[in-house]
Amino acid sequence: MAKLRVELVSPEREIWAGEADMVVAKTIEGELGIMPGHAPVLGVMVDGSVVRIKPADGGETIAAMVSGGFFSVASNEVSVLAEYAQLGGEVDVKAAREEYQRVSALEGDEAAAAQRRARARLRAAGQEV
Amino acid sequence: MGAKLRGIRGRINSTKSMAKITRAQELIASSRIVKAQQRVKESGPYARQITRAISALVSHNVGVGHPLLTERTDSKRVAVLLITSDRGFCGGYNVNVIREAEGLMAMLRDQGKEPVPYIVGRKGVGWYRFREREYADDWTGFSDRPRFENAETIGRTLVQEFGRPAEDGGVAEIHIVFTEFVSMLTQTAQVRRLLPLEIEEADEAPEEQTGGVLPAYDFEPSADAVLDALLPSYIESRIWHMLLQSAASEHAQRRRAMKSATDNANDVIETLTRVANQARQAEITQEISEIVGGANALAETSAGSE
Repeated sequence: MAKLRVELVSPEREIWAGEADMVVAKTIEGELGIMPGHAPVLGVMVDGSVVRIKPADGGETIAAMVSGGFFSVASNEVSVLAEYAQLGGEVDVKAAREEYQRVSALEGDEAAAAQRRARARLRAAGQEV
Repeated sequence: MGAKLRGIRGRINSTKSMAKITRAQELIASSRIVKAQQRVKESGPYARQITRAISALVSHNVGVGHPLLTERTDSKRVAVLLITSDRGFCGGYNVNVIREAEGLMAMLRDQGKEPVPYIVGRKGVGWYRFREREYADDWTGFSDRPRFENAETIGRTLVQEFGRPAEDGGVAEIHIVFTEFVSMLTQTAQVRRLLPLEIEEADEAPEEQTGGVLPAYDFEPSADAVLDALLPSYIESRIWHMLLQSAASEHAQRRRAMKSATDNANDVIETLTRVANQARQAEITQEISEIVGGANALAETSAGSE
């Protein structure tokens, strides 16, 4: 079966690249699962969401927290372009949880985005929120 | 030791310590160029992908009439962003950028437009302040190691200026003057028009696998919404790219300037050492001739008395 070629990049660096069976990203209209042979799509991602990549080599699913950005799918190539992205494995869980506690007390639009980001960071790290 | 010799030795010592400083600066700059180049390279994939996505959108004609893609004729004001360095000691780096910008602004004035400068880097700000010239805004403190946030802030401010109506001082065009990192030896000041957008192909070779024809994308949630979200990101990515290029150029030019400063200092040390040696020889010769002269005079007087 065909595989997806996936690139997860932020403006500063390439975060992950390789072959995958499936990519799940969250757009404003809901989560979108992409498997090989998907029709070409350009979608805007939610600020503070989790992107999951299931690698083709059968390894563990890669989760990354992204804030802002978009993804494009074309001829089995998936590019996830995030303005900021962090792999779940790189998250400092303790600091992230403290950050989550701090921002969840705040209110307003800015705070809502910050809360989403903090929650996404914890979820990418495999924590229950 | 004679006064002249002492003076020269003092100069040799101070030149030596100066050479040490410039040599250290040179080494620091060389190690940073590699890092800066690496960062330029790492920003490549994102820039390439976003350019591709924008090209896809534009080829679907969704961008027609988008404010960021249309020429504005209502305002005469044109923003010019100068990317200079925070620190000196980098040869003609800042001078070149400023000269290029002056040329651009003169050209714009000839066309009946009114340039509005925006400045990145303390040196540019200093240049404008010293001449008591007006500028709209400045960002400093990150020229040698920019962060993406900086590009974001600059991008947002400029896009906002572009979006404002003409009565409020909105600008019709945005130009950027930056230094392109061509190679280790060549860095050139360049002018690019940022807005209204001209989609620039990524620096690397054109897409091979798509064969030039872009696929018919679906847009999620809608084409207009995607374009709205994408264009500011594209602009930020362009600015980011230019900041990184400028940072790499700054380090390269600093390395070269410091290398020639060190070479010059070594030349000066060599010349001064020669002069010092000559002075020392002259002193010795003089002492000997004084002794010999004294001895002769003594011998003559004692010979005469016998």
